[in-house]
Amino acid sequence: MKALLVDDEKELVATLAERLMFRDIEADWATSGQEALKLAEETRYDLAVLDVKMPRMSGITLMKRLRERHPGMKFIFMTGHGSEEDFRSGSADASHYLVKPVKLEALLEKMKAALND
Amino acid sequence: MSVFDKLKPLFWDHEDAAAGHYKRLFDFRGIWYQAVVFTAVVVLLPLIFITLADYSVTRKSAESEILLRTSRFVSNTRRTVSFFLEERRFALVFIVRDNSYEEISGAVRLGAILDNLRKGLGGFSDLGVIDASGRQHTYVGPHNLEGKDYSGQEWFKQVIEQGYYVSDVFMGYRRIPHLVIAVKHELDDGSFYVLRASVDLERFKRLLSQLEVMGGGGAVITNRKGVLQTPCEPCGRDALEKIPFPVPEYSTHTQVFEEEVGGKTMVVGYAYLLDTPFILMAIKDKDALMQPWYGTRRQIIGFLGLSVTLVLVVVIGMATYLVNKIYTADRRRVMALHEVEYSNKMASIGRMAAGVAHEINNPLQIIYEKAGLIKDYFTYKPEYKEDPRLLVLVDAVISSVERCGAITKRVLSFARHGEAMLQPVRIERLLEEVLGFVNKEAEYRSITVTLEVDEDVPEFDTDRGKLQQIFLNLINNAFSFLKESGSLTVAAKRKNSDWVAVSFADTGPGIPAKNLERVFEPFFTTRSSKGGTGLGLSITYNLVQELGGKIVAESELGEGSTFTVTLPLKPGKKGGPNPS
Repeated sequence: MKALLVDDEKELVATLAERLMFRDIEADWATSGQEALKLAEETRYDLAVLDVKMPRMSGITLMKRLRERHPGMKFIFMTGHGSEEDFRSGSADASHYLVKPVKLEALLEKMKAALND
Repeated sequence: MSVFDKLKPLFWDHEDAAAGHYKRLFDFRGIWYQAVVFTAVVVLLPLIFITLADYSVTRKSAESEILLRTSRFVSNTRRTVSFFLEERRFALVFIVRDNSYEEISGAVRLGAILDNLRKGLGGFSDLGVIDASGRQHTYVGPHNLEGKDYSGQEWFKQVIEQGYYVSDVFMGYRRIPHLVIAVKHELDDGSFYVLRASVDLERFKRLLSQLEVMGGGGAVITNRKGVLQTPCEPCGRDALEKIPFPVPEYSTHTQVFEEEVGGKTMVVGYAYLLDTPFILMAIKDKDALMQPWYGTRRQIIGFLGLSVTLVLVVVIGMATYLVNKIYTADRRRVMALHEVEYSNKMASIGRMAAGVAHEINNPLQIIYEKAGLIKDYFTYKPEYKEDPRLLVLVDAVISSVERCGAITKRVLSFARHGEAMLQPVRIERLLEEVLGFVNKEAEYRSITVTLEVDEDVPEFDTDRGKLQQIFLNLINNAFSFLKESGSLTVAAKRKNSDWVAVSFADTGPGIPAKNLERVFEPFFTTRSSKGGTGLGLSITYNLVQELGGKIVAESELGEGSTFTVTLPLKPGKKGGPNPS
């Protein structure tokens, strides 16, 4: 499985990628939408874990752009907000939605579930 | 509770502590007083004035009517009485002119004349002819008065002087009042004689009594010394007694005056009868005369009383109605303002909390992941496995982050309710979440909080945000009254297939019965000095209604209070829970 982690907090995505690596999940990370799109041009990812609120390009827009390129890609949202918009966008499209702070085990479970969808 | 307490309008005891400087504007009782007094004065003053004016005018006209009527009556009666006396005097004059002295001094002729007089005019009891020397020459009548000498008597002197004489009344033979009429007739030889007749006053009395005197009075005749010539019924005196008041002064015209007789006010009309020693008087009881006016007066007073009562009822009713309307409108306005203020406050707090939670969540996530990574190193790399103490430390960091996460999640879930949104809610989870806010306070104040949720309470669709707020308000309310080491028991039970009941029972001081029915009223508070707005429970009440539920308060003084919220398991259910 190849995963793409996108969050404007570099420390977060970098650490998360390393931890996933321990669990045999290959993960690349990006700190903005543009960076993520660039990575996605070169590599095909099975799954993306996106922060909802990011500067310049939001997680929702990024999801739409990534989906155009890779229609089969799965998405998991992480948010520190837990706001209604997040809920709605989460439940409307990507059914996998996690509120920070996220337990790694919970994330792994969601990833598994998303891939089985 | 007195009748007034039951009837008094809503605004009566209103005191707006928050109005401060503008307190006067919200003094509804004062406004009511002003409205009532001003309107009543404006309406009643002209009414009372007109009624009093009417009263005085009708009274005056009634009084002058009485005087006028009395005066008219006296004038008419004077004419009748004068006519009676003159008729008899002229009859005597006719007799002396029609008969020669020789004829009239014969007893037979005189007897025939008396007989004719009795039959023609009536009232004559005897007849006598007296010669110039004062000796009664001839007499016909019941007494034997022939030869009686009148020369020394006063009346004889008067008749010679005036040509005629009318005497006072005297009690004649058989105790019948009489008066004497005498006329002088000059003879051709220069001498004269006098024809003297006694007139029986029974006829006279009958005549007077025939004259109807309205108002329980009567007509009487007195002589000029005030001695009654006929009995006076209204003053309760008999003939020849004195009238009970001074003799009125001489006047050629009819006069009327008022006089106190035996504790009663009498209207006395009088006229001096010309050519006689008599005064005719009409004496009437003023009260009896005023009787028709008293009827009018009763009507006027009754009308005034009724009008005043009606006006006051309408004025008080209208003022109460209008001030109540103003009061209710003002309460609604203030309530709306407070609600806006409250929801703005809640929204601000929500936004701020959400912002803070979000900002904290990101670094929290980093700490979490870093700690997780350290733990991963210990778990996956053999060189770190040796020291178990480090793992314990990392676990402590991770569990602290998890606790922080739980707090921020709770704050976020609270800040989220912006608009009504139905979503599945598990009561137990929600209650735990809300109680989480007061856990620390409960610990500090040694308050025991117990949560009992029955297993058969299902997950159901409702507005999560509103429900959270209802629960938080009720819990905060209980906490504000609880003392150290008190307890709060929150219990959720399924009532039937449609309803679930959540109760909040505290061991606080309890609510007095008279306050219990008002606890949900807006602005009702017993803690205004401690910053209570009186809106918490009222807003809670509204929120419960918005969810289609019901809230009731029960309380026992000194034992504690229980607030029970009953909620529909199916959204849109209205009309309140059915206890069965």
